[in-house]
Amino acid sequence: MVDVTPGSVGPIPPAEVAEMELYHPHSWWTKYVFSQDAKVIAIQYSCTALAIGLVALVLSWLMRLQLGFPGTFDFITPEAYYQFITMHGMIMVIYLLTALFLGGFGNYLIPLMVGARDMVFPYVNMLSYWIYLLAVLLLVAGFFAPGGPTGAGWTLYPPQAIMAGTPGGEDWGIIVMLSSLILFIIGFTMGGLNYVVTVLQGRTRGMTLMRMPLTVWGIFTATVMALLAFPALFVACVMMLLDRVLGTSFFMPAIVEMGEQLQHSGGSPILFQHLFWFFGHPEVYIVALPAFGIVSDLISTHARKNIFGYRMMVWAIVGIGALSFVVWAHHMYVSGMHPYFGFFFATTTLIIAIPTAIKVYNWVLTLWRGDIHLTIPMLFALGFIVTFVNGGLTGLFLGNVVVDVPLSDTMFVVAHFHMVMGVAPIMVIFGAIYHWYPKVTGRMLNHAMGMFHFWVTFVGAYLIFFPMHYLGLMGVPRRYNELSDMGLIGESAHHLNAFISIMAFIVGFAQLVFLFNLIWSIRHGKEAGGNPWRATTLEWQTAHTPPTHGNFGKELPIVYRWAYDYSVPGAKEDFIPQNEPGSFGPSREPA
Amino acid sequence: MAETTVTHINPTAQRPEGWQGIAADWASDQRAFKNVSWGKAMMWIFLLSDTFIFGCFLLSYMTARMSTRVPWPNPSEVFALNIGGAEIPLILIAIMTFVLISSSGTMAMAVNFGYRHDRRKTAILMLLTAALGATFVGMQAFEWTKLITEGVRPWGNPWGAAQFGSTFFMITGFHGTHVTIGVIFLIITARKVWRGDYDTARKGFFTSRKGNYESVEIMGLYWHFVDLVWVFIFAFFYLW
Ligand code: HEM
Ligand SMILES: [Cu+2]
Repeated sequence: MVDVTPGSVGPIPPAEVAEMELYHPHSWWTKYVFSQDAKVIAIQYSCTALAIGLVALVLSWLMRLQLGFPGTFDFITPEAYYQFITMHGMIMVIYLLTALFLGGFGNYLIPLMVGARDMVFPYVNMLSYWIYLLAVLLLVAGFFAPGGPTGAGWTLYPPQAIMAGTPGGEDWGIIVMLSSLILFIIGFTMGGLNYVVTVLQGRTRGMTLMRMPLTVWGIFTATVMALLAFPALFVACVMMLLDRVLGTSFFMPAIVEMGEQLQHSGGSPILFQHLFWFFGHPEVYIVALPAFGIVSDLISTHARKNIFGYRMMVWAIVGIGALSFVVWAHHMYVSGMHPYFGFFFATTTLIIAIPTAIKVYNWVLTLWRGDIHLTIPMLFALGFIVTFVNGGLTGLFLGNVVVDVPLSDTMFVVAHFHMVMGVAPIMVIFGAIYHWYPKVTGRMLNHAMGMFHFWVTFVGAYLIFFPMHYLGLMGVPRRYNELSDMGLIGESAHHLNAFISIMAFIVGFAQLVFLFNLIWSIRHGKEAGGNPWRATTLEWQTAHTPPTHGNFGKELPIVYRWAYDYSVPGAKEDFIPQNEPGSFGPSREPA
Repeated sequence: MAETTVTHINPTAQRPEGWQGIAADWASDQRAFKNVSWGKAMMWIFLLSDTFIFGCFLLSYMTARMSTRVPWPNPSEVFALNIGGAEIPLILIAIMTFVLISSSGTMAMAVNFGYRHDRRKTAILMLLTAALGATFVGMQAFEWTKLITEGVRPWGNPWGAAQFGSTFFMITGFHGTHVTIGVIFLIITARKVWRGDYDTARKGFFTSRKGNYESVEIMGLYWHFVDLVWVFIFAFFYLW
């Protein structure tokens, strides 16, 4: 890459799109509740997601209570344990992470970062949130339904998901779950279309695709993926709902239960698995790509250095997004498949590691000789890199058929996916909240509480999930509510389990401190000013903090450079905002 | 908005040739698809997503049909009508298909007249499209009734694989829902055209945004898509 003077790409063209017609709220209700402003919607999405995430956290405590101290708590029956597992997994993956990254960060950051006044169709965007809320409420209703929520596991595999032996299988649980997912997908689609079109068609002048902050690239690519992956889940949910309610046999083979032949016949449970994982694997990256993007920006900003290999980063994001649609069956090795298919899916799974590894190298090279400020967002970003590499490496193990078959359905898998798609993206979410909270509220989050939160979470997460690898290698199965005295599993597993549980409570407590910090700092945090991190991207250059309706003042900003002009030699400051005209010596912006 | 002064930092820089030029156009600022409005872009992307839904439905149906170990009812016999004493195979479906494809024609004409701001013709053609769509749904309802009286249920039928009924009702039902939604929005849009909303820049009731005649075209995109999907359903379900 050559050094080029900024702006040499071409003249700033005249405005192609007329100013956006903004909706002007007339009442308190339309301003704060039924708001069409993407920033308000973002906050609504985030608060709802965090609230339901708290439920999932409490469920994880209940599970850990049982696993650590089996037999002590009578109310955690085996059925209840299954229900906790299922709701915990589903909430964490879909209702927390997906909603928070795309609905929360997407809504807040996309319009601000690309220089738009709002999402392109604010009304549809608003509907998106309300449907999401409905989906969440329906999900919660499952806890109060007769028979309780479904206990089918977050993968909802049939036939057990809709049979009597599984909690909620013949009651309301599974129906509520499937309906809630269908609603979620409808709501998400409304928002997702907005995010994609805003990025494609709603950027300000000078904001070329290759000048967009990686945060936007990550969220954008993830949204496109979600729009193509959720349909498979939608179809799977509709078909399973029909199996359950109308007695069709899409997924239900002929089954004899307690000596009685069930009504179903001829369906294919494997078909469900294909549909589910055609969604499920991309879903992992739907959560990971926004995290990749955000972490790139956090690292660059807090190391005061341009991101290393911007173009490579963009292509890696897009490449990972595309590849992740052809690896899904690595979740189905144990279900059995033709060896050639196994070969194909193992190969694609390993290939996807290449762009992923490139990204990791680029993050590390960005840090290399940077002016690293160990702010809390930076600490979380570093925590992310370590955790992600860790989880990614075990992913390489599991991607190979012969290694996966013995490890599948053990705690090793639980350790793997918690590292790679549980802890790692959550770290980024925390980092991002510490980073953008000042923009959203005008105040900094409390530093001391933040430090406490980071160190307990980071070290604690390792103490929780690292030992699970060993449990898995010892053969401790996943989704078992207790080990009793299985001969093949040693006594030490029980001690380890008790230890993990205690750690889980400590980490959980740290999250409560974080929540307290969020609320406390709204009133008592240090005044942040408009650009406390001295960052280059457009959201920090707004006239007001928090930005007002319409984001920018009378005129939209014009973008003259990429998002990573940090420490440019010869410039007055160690950062040059994207909307700063003029040339300041050698930038590293790719030509 | 007042026209901002445009800063020409490097007016001599030109678009590169060939592939690089294509990439530069795509990646240029403001819009990736030049001359495509927000509404149209959004509809296209929605349709792409919807394609995946129908694709999954059809693939699931094919899986069921190919892997079934009991006979699959013969569509030409099941979907035959007895007219004047003769069993005519697929006759109703043929008429339905004809009606739906014709509605694509009237829709295309509506779009054309819309851009000429011919309110009367546009509205009439849209209503005609809606009427054809409603006819289609009506005939589908007739077909459903006929099959149900013959004993076809989502969970079974007298002639063979239970999945025949399940996939039939599910896929045609899902498609029929799309047509019905289309009919409703056609009527709403036709009313707006008729009233002259797009000439007077009247604000939408919910969105409080001014519409324009492009809405007719966007409506048309959806409608043609629904027709196209039907062609696939027709080919894969009835002709297979
Ligand atoms: C406080 C941190 C967390 C703790 C202590 C925790 C604990 C657990 C436990 C004990 C299980 C059940 C393992 C088994 O018996 O099979 C589980 C399952 C699961 N967790 Fe977590 N978890 C945490 C955070 C997360 C996060 C952030 C995610 C987001 C991706 C997540 C996603 C899942 C999923 C998908 C399952 C599988 C559910 C199933 O098997 O159906 N967890 N977790
Ligand atoms: Cu996967």
